[in-house]
Amino acid sequence: MLKFILRRILETVPVLLCVAAMTFFMCRLAPGGPFDDDKQVTAEVREQLNKQFNLDKPLYAQFYQYLINLPNLQSFKYPSRTVGDIISQKFPVSAKLGFLAMCIALSIGIMFGVIASLRPNSYIDYIPSSLAMIGICLPTFVMGPLLILVFSLDTLQLESFFIKFGLIDFKNFLNDIGLTWIAALIDFPYPSIGWGGFDGDLFFSSDMILPSLTLGLFYAAYISRLTRGGMLDILTQDYIRTAKAKGASAPRILVIHALRGGLLPVISFMGPAVAGLIAGSFVIETIFNIPGLGQDFVKSAFNRDYTLVLGVVMFYATLIVILNLIVDILQVALNPKLKFQS
Amino acid sequence: MIYRMITGASIGLMSLILVGCGSGENNGDSSEERKILKITVGAEPEDIDPHVVTGVPEHHIIAALTEGLVAEDPLDLHPVPGVAEKWEVSEDGKVYTFQIRENAKWSNGDLVTASDFTKSYKRILTPALASKYAYMLFVMEGAEAYSTGKLKDFSKVGVKAINNRTLQINLNAPTPYFLSLLNHYTWFPVHIATVEKYDGLTKRGSGWTKPENFVGNGPFILKSWQLGRKLVVEKSSTYWDAKSTKLDEIHFFAIELETTQENAFRAGQLHNIYNLHIDKVATYKKEHADELRIKPHLASYFYRFNVNKKPCDDVRIRKALTMAIDRESIVKNVTKGEQMASTFFTPPGVAGYTARARFKEDIGEAQKLLAEAGYPNGKGFPSLELLYNTTEGHRIIAEAIQQMWKKNLNINITLQNQEWKVYLDRQREMDYQISRAGWTGDYPDPNTFLDMWTSWSQQNQTGWADPKYDTLIRKAAITKDPNARLEVFQEAEEILMDQLPIIPIYIYTRVYALHPAVKNWHANVLDHHPWKHIDLDLSLLKK
Repeated sequence: MLKFILRRILETVPVLLCVAAMTFFMCRLAPGGPFDDDKQVTAEVREQLNKQFNLDKPLYAQFYQYLINLPNLQSFKYPSRTVGDIISQKFPVSAKLGFLAMCIALSIGIMFGVIASLRPNSYIDYIPSSLAMIGICLPTFVMGPLLILVFSLDTLQLESFFIKFGLIDFKNFLNDIGLTWIAALIDFPYPSIGWGGFDGDLFFSSDMILPSLTLGLFYAAYISRLTRGGMLDILTQDYIRTAKAKGASAPRILVIHALRGGLLPVISFMGPAVAGLIAGSFVIETIFNIPGLGQDFVKSAFNRDYTLVLGVVMFYATLIVILNLIVDILQVALNPKLKFQS
Repeated sequence: MIYRMITGASIGLMSLILVGCGSGENNGDSSEERKILKITVGAEPEDIDPHVVTGVPEHHIIAALTEGLVAEDPLDLHPVPGVAEKWEVSEDGKVYTFQIRENAKWSNGDLVTASDFTKSYKRILTPALASKYAYMLFVMEGAEAYSTGKLKDFSKVGVKAINNRTLQINLNAPTPYFLSLLNHYTWFPVHIATVEKYDGLTKRGSGWTKPENFVGNGPFILKSWQLGRKLVVEKSSTYWDAKSTKLDEIHFFAIELETTQENAFRAGQLHNIYNLHIDKVATYKKEHADELRIKPHLASYFYRFNVNKKPCDDVRIRKALTMAIDRESIVKNVTKGEQMASTFFTPPGVAGYTARARFKEDIGEAQKLLAEAGYPNGKGFPSLELLYNTTEGHRIIAEAIQQMWKKNLNINITLQNQEWKVYLDRQREMDYQISRAGWTGDYPDPNTFLDMWTSWSQQNQTGWADPKYDTLIRKAAITKDPNARLEVFQEAEEILMDQLPIIPIYIYTRVYALHPAVKNWHANVLDHHPWKHIDLDLSLLKK
């Protein structure tokens, strides 16, 4: 296994180099540059700017410079920040959003998928399956504003309901006894923008609920369909019948025997999905104004922020490579038919 | 049984996560009585170094942190004493002597001195810093030569510290808008010792603008700057006029998306909507008239002609195209923000100047001109492409104009949208026939709108040059009598409107919303709001 992992890590080096080269040169091929602006600058100023940001050096020299020193390079758009600054400040936010969304996605998705697979083509299959279909069809840029309308701007007047059932008092009580993170869950109406409270320093706050939910529900829909498919496949296998014949209880069959194989499609899906989730979602971060990395992923390319584009792309590429490796290891662990092969 | 197990497990998992996330911090806001203005000025500021930045969001933030020689009156922005308590202008209007007030201080307690200004101006003009806006200082003697490297000796530049509290600035010519110009951030001082400490004077983006290092002399000091989230400034106690500062803190949120701004405003998380989406204007007029603000803005929306390319090299065609647009219909049915249809270029009422030159919208005349140019009823008209940067708002205007030209002149044009940087690149390389543009004045004077069409201006980008026009703009720069000077601008704009290297379309308005609790906020054409005057009526803020 160690040999397998080492080999895989070595294999990633040329992959990452290729990604870096392609990103770098594609960026440079695009018309326009970081210093183009509404108000055009004189040739002298442009020349000085190029000199300051080393754009006057030959391309290969710049590429080499970027490769060896990327995190310490200045962003073109935000000169007072280095690429490393920006990623290290914004990635934790995106990662937390992704983690919360993933928890929601996995718990809801697997639960719905398993339920649906228990009695295929009955009502307990149709209801979760149709909900999942709706979830897939509703893109996050529709779901997000809808959730904001209902839970943040309170267009359905839910607040009166909260007051009526004493939930507000309950929230204050929870705050008083120090359970602020549970209180945040029912801190209705939820904020429509932000992350980590007013000063952005809370570990869990009510403004995290709507974005996590929007992102989580979207993935939950996929996961539930994958789980259902995987489970249906496994539940008809001979070894399940054997287990039943031996008298194993239904929960034992489901959890110990079936789920292990039934979740394999979900595991393969989760590799790239997790990378996407924690690297940040442009749509969610824009709608809810969350200071995550997803926005830079898109905007840095528009801004021709050469250093930041490369930084964010390389960071994301590395994440994907690592997560794919983890997924491969997990799959071997879960599926006895697979072995580590080099 | 099974279901129960699974739900049980998921709830367990969820609570585990939540317990993991638990922290003992208090959610409640204990400081309800503090006046905290929560505002967005659009995008994330690129930096807050006044000698490096170029944007509007940066302007709003820097105006809170730094103060120049003069300040602005909140009502009409006329220059009032700032760091300088008084000033004198020489007989010929070319020498300004500023008396710096005794109690003007930096946020670290240092006194603001005349040499702070000379050193700051030296910094922004240093070629190695490559300040994009250094040209704002070119009215000063020798500034342009120093900035382009032709002059090496800064003592020959027209700014001198006579003593600690007296600063003398020599101008190339009497410049009636000079005091207004001083309110542009390029003229603001920086704390040189601090800038020097972090990577020197000519390195942009050195650490000096970080909250822990920043030193300013404005009514507010930098408290924190969370990237992509917000920048917080708090009342400065060292500011000379600290007793007038009304707010305790201003939180500048970085929110670009209009709908996100509106959601946050409606949810009570913001006190303004920086740009209200046009689809919402009608609703706000009906339901939230007390929050909606629509004010004229010192900015012009227009199209550029590339006069080097066929068919727009022919002035008759330029005139025909310009005349065959129904601007009233565009502002009424397309842009819908009470913009002013413009048959001139300079927004009216700028420093007493309202353009006399106007062209007529006249379809009959346009058709005649087109026929004269050799295309009767649009027959045989060559292909014509209109370039604009990809934005919904620009697209609908371009489509409306495309329709009008089709209907009025029977010519077909194609629309081409390009991503922002590609569009700018093509405009700079003159790789277009007609291109969309907008121009916001840097200071309230017709010069900021008219000197861009001179043959030497970087902003021209039309290929159009007229020696007579150039002469007039040069003449205006040295004319001392204010009325005679405006008259020269009138003549220049007449030439511009006769030659039409551009198609004026409308004068912008700012369409935004403001919470009624925000007080002393006065609309003005530059959209400047001196922060020390702004107040917040806490009783009007909903809990």
